[in-house]
Amino acid sequence: MKKLFTGALTALALAVTGALATGPASADDFSPAIVFDMGGKFDKSFNEAAYNGAERFKSESGVTYREFEVTNPSQREQAMRNMARRGATVIIAMGFAQAAAVETVAKEFPDIKFTLIDMVVDLPNVQSVIFKEHEGSFLVGMAAALASKTGKVGFIGGMDIPLIRKFALGYVEGAKYVNADIEVYQNMTGTTPSAWNDPTKGGELARSQFDRGADVVYAAAGGTGVGVYQAAKDAGKLAIGVDSNQNYMHPGTMLTSMVKRVDVAVYEAFMTAKNGTWQGGFKILGLAEDGVGFALDKYNRDLVSADMEMKIEAARKDIISGKVEVTDYMAQ
Amino acid sequence: MGENITFFVLMLDAMLRVSTPLILASFAGMFAERSGIVDIGLEGKMLGAAFAAASVALVTDSAWLGLLAGISVSVGLAMIHAFACVTHNGNQVVSGMALNILVAGLGPVLALAWFNQGSQTPMIADIARFKPIHLPFADKLRDVPVVGEVYSELISGHNIIVYLALGMVPLAAWFIYRTRFGLRLRAVGENPEAVDTAGISVTGMRYRAMIVCGILCGVAGTYLAIAMNTLFIRDMTAGMGYLALAALIFGKWKPLPTLLACFLFAFAQALEARLQGVDIPGIGIIPVQAIQALPYILTVLLLAGFVGKAIPPKASGVPYVKEK
Repeated sequence: MKKLFTGALTALALAVTGALATGPASADDFSPAIVFDMGGKFDKSFNEAAYNGAERFKSESGVTYREFEVTNPSQREQAMRNMARRGATVIIAMGFAQAAAVETVAKEFPDIKFTLIDMVVDLPNVQSVIFKEHEGSFLVGMAAALASKTGKVGFIGGMDIPLIRKFALGYVEGAKYVNADIEVYQNMTGTTPSAWNDPTKGGELARSQFDRGADVVYAAAGGTGVGVYQAAKDAGKLAIGVDSNQNYMHPGTMLTSMVKRVDVAVYEAFMTAKNGTWQGGFKILGLAEDGVGFALDKYNRDLVSADMEMKIEAARKDIISGKVEVTDYMAQ
Repeated sequence: MGENITFFVLMLDAMLRVSTPLILASFAGMFAERSGIVDIGLEGKMLGAAFAAASVALVTDSAWLGLLAGISVSVGLAMIHAFACVTHNGNQVVSGMALNILVAGLGPVLALAWFNQGSQTPMIADIARFKPIHLPFADKLRDVPVVGEVYSELISGHNIIVYLALGMVPLAAWFIYRTRFGLRLRAVGENPEAVDTAGISVTGMRYRAMIVCGILCGVAGTYLAIAMNTLFIRDMTAGMGYLALAALIFGKWKPLPTLLACFLFAFAQALEARLQGVDIPGIGIIPVQAIQALPYILTVLLLAGFVGKAIPPKASGVPYVKEK
């Protein structure tokens, strides 16, 4: 009996050492990983776009990826380090809040590729992908102003951070581009990460803007936006989605969505890493690169008139050519 | 002038919407604490009820079955709390906190397992929600100055849970102060020995109080999930249970002051939504952070200056052990 036990123990020890030995990946086996942020991968917005990109990569390449959903700020670094230790070759970190964790872990594992979305970390093995959200927000701001009958539109941000102010500023400029006298109400949900996940408060903020006369509201607030869109639907007002194309959520009251092609960025990071063409450094995706834009599909076709579409399309070209300049809040 | 009245009426309207779960939860806490059980598990019970209500409403397409499920889960959690604290004389704060943590984790996990949508439920259909009720003549009276506005905007157009919560307040006050049950409830929270001497079961009274507490928390959680919103999201109570406890302490464990405290907190929240980014003449734009701290600053100020001494029920938090 005792012998059997010792035997089992030895086998176990061998297995563990074996596992450890094969832990760090050799160059030729490719193992992608992604760390989602607090909103969770089904936030119908930013993280979900990344999830869709990763899923597309999986179905096209047949390579499965590891994933982690951060539910607590302290988990970010831990999750990333675990992925690195277990042999991930490329790790995608979603969201501005992961920058500090990426910086620490990327220094510890200089051979592993990191792609950080929405924030910049200046290290040779980090690829930072940022978007010109202000340009996309400018276009939906125009859409809001063109659709508004009251001359008042609203903006609801999630957590009060510079990135969200960047959305807000582009939106305001777009609305004013159409109608210089337009009034834009702005609300932030909160100052902590829980502001990404508070639909009750989002709905209440939206109602407060409707009460003041706004009839189109744009939410850049992750999961909080769900409450905003619901409130718009209940009140018969229009809402604008963000990051993912959210038009399908409430056909008839979703005017459009400011799409940020996070899915493309994630897909390309995985694909290029697989093909060996992945490069560190900065990638800035704006209207010209089709990194941002406004969504038009069967769910909102009836809400966007040909005239509106034409004007927005013209502005899009002007922004690309540099004729119209949109202020970047974070570059100020 | 007319515009100011409209603004004020709309503020009060928002206050009613926001205060409903607070009122329900703080009265739930009142029943528990008046019977001598400290319940910091209000948050967890609401969250559990929100999850149950959203799930059941989603599957059955019935708001009422959702409400029933919300109440059942909340009462179930209240019974666990009572079992730990009354039957086994456990630490009430520890048990309440444990329930909060349990539900905060269990809800998202079950949501993931059942609906495969991350830590939330899918959105429920419109028929499975509690919709606003438009009282008769609301539309016709809309144009009557002041009175019509108050009637059509403030009084009409809420969902049934808002009316239920407001109706519950005088009923609860009557129960606590005018019925035999209420007398025993208050006695068991002040002096359980006396109640026991009179031949009334302390354990039985406390269990009954916790059932009431569970029912009220269940309604509050249901309101959050399927009346105000259309889904369950992780941590969607966002500290409301603790705010309700604060309102209860602020209201000195008495029905009317507690109701007013709930109104005050809710009004501060409504004010916050409307003052953000507004240029006030002479002051300028108040920063978001300052406005968001408003309810807490108000609480601290009022607690320090005006409330005087908040004296909890004497036996609150103390397990009752019969003399051997």
